[in-house]
Amino acid sequence: MNKLLLISLLFIQQLSFAAEVNVYSARKEALIKPLFDQFTKETGIQVNLVTGEADTLLKRLEVEGRNSPADILLTVDVARLIRAKESGLFQQTDSDVLDKAIPEYYRDSDKQWFGLSLRSRVIIYAPDRVKASELSNYADLANKKWKDRICVRSSSNVYNQSLVAAMIANEGLEKTEAWAAGLVKNFARKPKGGDRDQIKAVAAEVCDVALVNTYYLAGMLASNQEDEVEAAKKIKLFWPDQAGRGAHMNVSGAGILKPSKNKKEAIQLLEFLVSDYAQHWYADTNYEFSINLAIDSSSILKSWGDFKADKLNLSLLGKYNRDSVLLMDRVGWK
Amino acid sequence: MLVTRAAQALSNASEFKTRSFNATKWNTLLVLVSLLFSIPLAVVFGSILFPEKEVWTHLSDTVLTDYIGNSLALLIGVGFFSLLLGVIPAWMVTMYRFPMSRQLEWALLLPMSIPAYIIAYSYTGALDVAGPFQTMIRALTGWHYRDYWFPEVRSLGGAIAMLSLVLYPYIYLLARAAFIEQSICVLEVSRTLGCNTVDAFRRVALPLARPAIMVGLSLVVMETLADYGTVQYFGVSAFTTGIFRTWFGLGNSMAAAQLSALLLVFVVFFLYLEKRSRRQARYHHTSSRYSRLMQQQLSKGQGTIALSVCAAPVVFGFIIPVGLLINWSLDTYSSVLGKDFYALLFNSLLLAFITSILALFIALFMAYSNRNSQSVINRMMVRFVSMGYAIPGTVIAVGVLIPFAWFDNTLDRILMDNFNINSGLLISGTVFTLIFAYLVRFLAVSINTSEAALGKIKPVMDEVAKTAGMVPANIVKRIHMPMMRGSLLTALLLVFVDVLKELPATLILRPFNFNTLAVRTYELANEELLADAAVPALAIVMAGIIPVILISNSISKSRPGNKSSQ
Amino acid sequence: MNNAIEIKDVSLAIEGRPILEDISFGVNEAEIACLLGASGCGKTTLLRCIAGFEKQYQGEVWIKGVRVSNATHYLPVEQRNIGMVFQDYALFPHMSVKDNIIFGLRKLNASLVKQRLDELVALLSLENHLNKYPHNLSGGQQQRVALARAMAPRPGVLLLDEPFASLDVELREQIARELRQILKKDGITTIMVTHNQLEAFAMADVIGVMNEGQLLQWDTAINLYHEPQTSVVAKFIGEGVFISGEVINAKEVQTEVGIIQSPVSHETELGETVRVLIRPDDILHDDDSHMTARVIDKAFRGAEFLYTLELDSGLQLLSLVPSHHDHPINEAIGIRVEIDHLVIFPEKKPRGR
Repeated sequence: MNKLLLISLLFIQQLSFAAEVNVYSARKEALIKPLFDQFTKETGIQVNLVTGEADTLLKRLEVEGRNSPADILLTVDVARLIRAKESGLFQQTDSDVLDKAIPEYYRDSDKQWFGLSLRSRVIIYAPDRVKASELSNYADLANKKWKDRICVRSSSNVYNQSLVAAMIANEGLEKTEAWAAGLVKNFARKPKGGDRDQIKAVAAEVCDVALVNTYYLAGMLASNQEDEVEAAKKIKLFWPDQAGRGAHMNVSGAGILKPSKNKKEAIQLLEFLVSDYAQHWYADTNYEFSINLAIDSSSILKSWGDFKADKLNLSLLGKYNRDSVLLMDRVGWK
Repeated sequence: MLVTRAAQALSNASEFKTRSFNATKWNTLLVLVSLLFSIPLAVVFGSILFPEKEVWTHLSDTVLTDYIGNSLALLIGVGFFSLLLGVIPAWMVTMYRFPMSRQLEWALLLPMSIPAYIIAYSYTGALDVAGPFQTMIRALTGWHYRDYWFPEVRSLGGAIAMLSLVLYPYIYLLARAAFIEQSICVLEVSRTLGCNTVDAFRRVALPLARPAIMVGLSLVVMETLADYGTVQYFGVSAFTTGIFRTWFGLGNSMAAAQLSALLLVFVVFFLYLEKRSRRQARYHHTSSRYSRLMQQQLSKGQGTIALSVCAAPVVFGFIIPVGLLINWSLDTYSSVLGKDFYALLFNSLLLAFITSILALFIALFMAYSNRNSQSVINRMMVRFVSMGYAIPGTVIAVGVLIPFAWFDNTLDRILMDNFNINSGLLISGTVFTLIFAYLVRFLAVSINTSEAALGKIKPVMDEVAKTAGMVPANIVKRIHMPMMRGSLLTALLLVFVDVLKELPATLILRPFNFNTLAVRTYELANEELLADAAVPALAIVMAGIIPVILISNSISKSRPGNKSSQ
Repeated sequence: MNNAIEIKDVSLAIEGRPILEDISFGVNEAEIACLLGASGCGKTTLLRCIAGFEKQYQGEVWIKGVRVSNATHYLPVEQRNIGMVFQDYALFPHMSVKDNIIFGLRKLNASLVKQRLDELVALLSLENHLNKYPHNLSGGQQQRVALARAMAPRPGVLLLDEPFASLDVELREQIARELRQILKKDGITTIMVTHNQLEAFAMADVIGVMNEGQLLQWDTAINLYHEPQTSVVAKFIGEGVFISGEVINAKEVQTEVGIIQSPVSHETELGETVRVLIRPDDILHDDDSHMTARVIDKAFRGAEFLYTLELDSGLQLLSLVPSHHDHPINEAIGIRVEIDHLVIFPEKKPRGR
């Protein structure tokens, strides 16, 4: 009988409890749930979670329309935040706490979305085959001297799309296309696997240089799998373009959705996510940089030293995302 | 048994059909049910009406030929190797006795319980450049990466290998059932006409089993076309990669749906070709006598060869990947197992259970309605519904999402306008939508199996029973059910295993705070935490093994004239 | 080895159960032989053993002067140079009639195949069915296709397993006679298996009667009928009853129906009690006879009645009487005994020959 009740409960929409907030998250459960649990512990507000691919979540929100139960959309890249904004899914959120904690180039000028944590796409290299002095910036990777020496994952990956979008924003379409074409010519192999695979490939001498996100490298260094640690130790991180605009940055972020029925709780949750506690948790658990780089980060992150981050307004990454995909198709970046 | 009772009801109703005006009602019901399950496909097809010209121009200028070429290569490769891995062992374990042949009968089905993306992860983890195997080679020989050749796991060839290894059981399953059912006489007669056993296989048994093998092959082809996890992980730009890229990268879900529709055209074309090539020939047996199936004892040498041939798919498709998963699990299980984990297990099993039962009922309903019907429309509707199998789960999910949300919102607006009641989203975002999506995706499996089972019961058997004074309900219970039981169990379990493995639709449609084993596996693997993903992956495999063994048993007993089946 | 087929001391068991015991016989070139016996007697197993589907543990099988098997070595079926027609014909449902027939001819070149096909089609009158599929044929047509298919490669021996079982009863004897003509025209050595003696009589030059795994007698139809060597054969072939008698001398036996004489001597001892086979045609209806018997049952057979008669002593006999003699049940009619072939067996019947 109890089971029957349980089963029938599954078939009807979640009943409304006094204080709750509903989150659609492109961040994987393991990388956000502990924070929510802490939030519930502190405030008594229940957090309901569905995780999924950002674009399918966007689609779900779009068709659910004004009756959608979701209050917050969380993504792991800025392009989707902007896509959500353009689709009119977000509403304006006024919060001094958020405005103060987040630098303005990491949040939306219309206060619709907010960056919550930072990651950088950097160059890693094999120190036995490459001297740090040979490296400079992203543009240099199109240089013929890197022929058959570069590993990058597929252009289907949003971090590559954002990187190219940033190039378009900074350098213009034509220059970026020429650069991408040169980069593709330097690939040591067809793009495959994730960022960790690129790191392992450099360690295994498949290539000498790769483009990866910082937290993957840190995650490998802190892994309980010996082979991961070993591979990560064989390579070194290079902060690109320190003489120019700085390293390419991306954010994970969130916004409050238009149909939200728990706006107060939703704002509370967002403010919690930029609190010192949450920001330290990002750094300690997933090796992301605090959205406000001023906050202390984990020891692994610190070991890479200070760096200059590109202060490009992230809204532009969303604007050029589509162009970047079309561009990569044209130059044959699989 | 519940199934029996439902089938009785169905048959009662279909009986009325021939007698009275209820015929129209019955037909209407069939059309309604088919329509309901066609909606998501219609949404996909409907997208063609709104062509995204700009996207299409871009696609055809740049990557479309690549997608089509890779998908074709994948189809041909996977089709060929799954035929090889499925048909030959099926023949060997049916006709010959050799060491372990009894165990292999069911073991050959085991890879079916492994989702393609999981086998892809485990082989990559082991055999990739940076994996333990190649690292060991380098450590032992002092070679560097460029000093030796090693097959690249993450390649088109690798994707073909991975998909073949987990999909061949569909062909094996159906081929073995067909071989077991074949009248031994036609094989013997071919021997007297100068065929050795190999010729007899090639010229008689194989052509006779062809319809069954083709059903298996079409399942394999559709699964291959719908696969996203493997091709994406291996960096093979197949059609599905294109669909998702168009959607995620270009933010154009309409163009993505159009690509899916194009995929459907592929499938329809394939099914048409197969049907056409059969033309006049019939495959039901002219012979009604079944002599004892004599398994030929193989000599030691032959036995060893047969053993290696039949064990290879099991070793590569199951033992090695599961061994790898176990190995990784040893490091991580303590942190993964827990109350939360059992909730995942419960959710997965519950969904699989409910869906497989519903799918069977609906399939039986359709099969019975079509049994005596001459209506072309009915048949076409049922065929259309079966095509869901070839559509990637994500696309199905969107096809479900759109009409359901539309329904909810419309209802809400009507209630709001008239009664000032806010009904919100009633069914969207519930387990109900999720199960509906599973049904759309997997109904093909149970429809095919039920129709085949019912097709074997000649109408004359019903007539005999009627002359013996049986009412329709009794005919179903005492004649149809005993004859179809094996097949229906197979239908049930195939859907069960499929739902257990299903990922993309679950990911999109599930309610708040609701996870399954597949979702957990994917999330961890997608964060490139293979070791952590191993435990839930193993749980999927283990939960799938029991049904797989049950399927095998039900087939062994299905041979007409086999005494153990009584 | 002159015989087309020679079976020597073959014994066979399936799963430990003895099926055939010490079977020996030979079939001459172009002869049609028939294995006759009730179901379960082992006749089909013997046929399958000759074909190579079953393996004997003792004895040898020779086909056309080639030893195809002994207790340890077995030539595979496909190398034995045999043709076989199965009980249900086992036509290939996925092939047309033409493709069925030429199935065994793939090693020949096209013109030879065409030639052989034409011959068989003419022999078996299949001209109008070549492009049909098996499921569109009648039973008789299917049988002819199966036969054509089996004969096509010109096998050394043709094996027929209950070839008439799937046909209408009325057609069987007619088709059996036609089949015999076809086989004789072709001159092919044939072994057929049946449980129906009329089919065997219609088809065979020589018949082997089998019972419980043993070959009881290998003989012509007439000899089996008139000179059965065992009481089992006597009972199985034709109709009749056994009555008790006492041997008076080598050619005469005293029975309840009088002294029965035999044209030939029998190896019996004087005064020995024996059983005498009385066939229905041995008992003649004779209104003038002083011996009478009461009709207790009768069966109309067209030209004749088969009466079951009872003597006063209670002894029952069968009598075949022309059908214009229609006697009601319980009427007493006069009978006379006239036996051309005296068949006697010792009281304690021995098994086998």
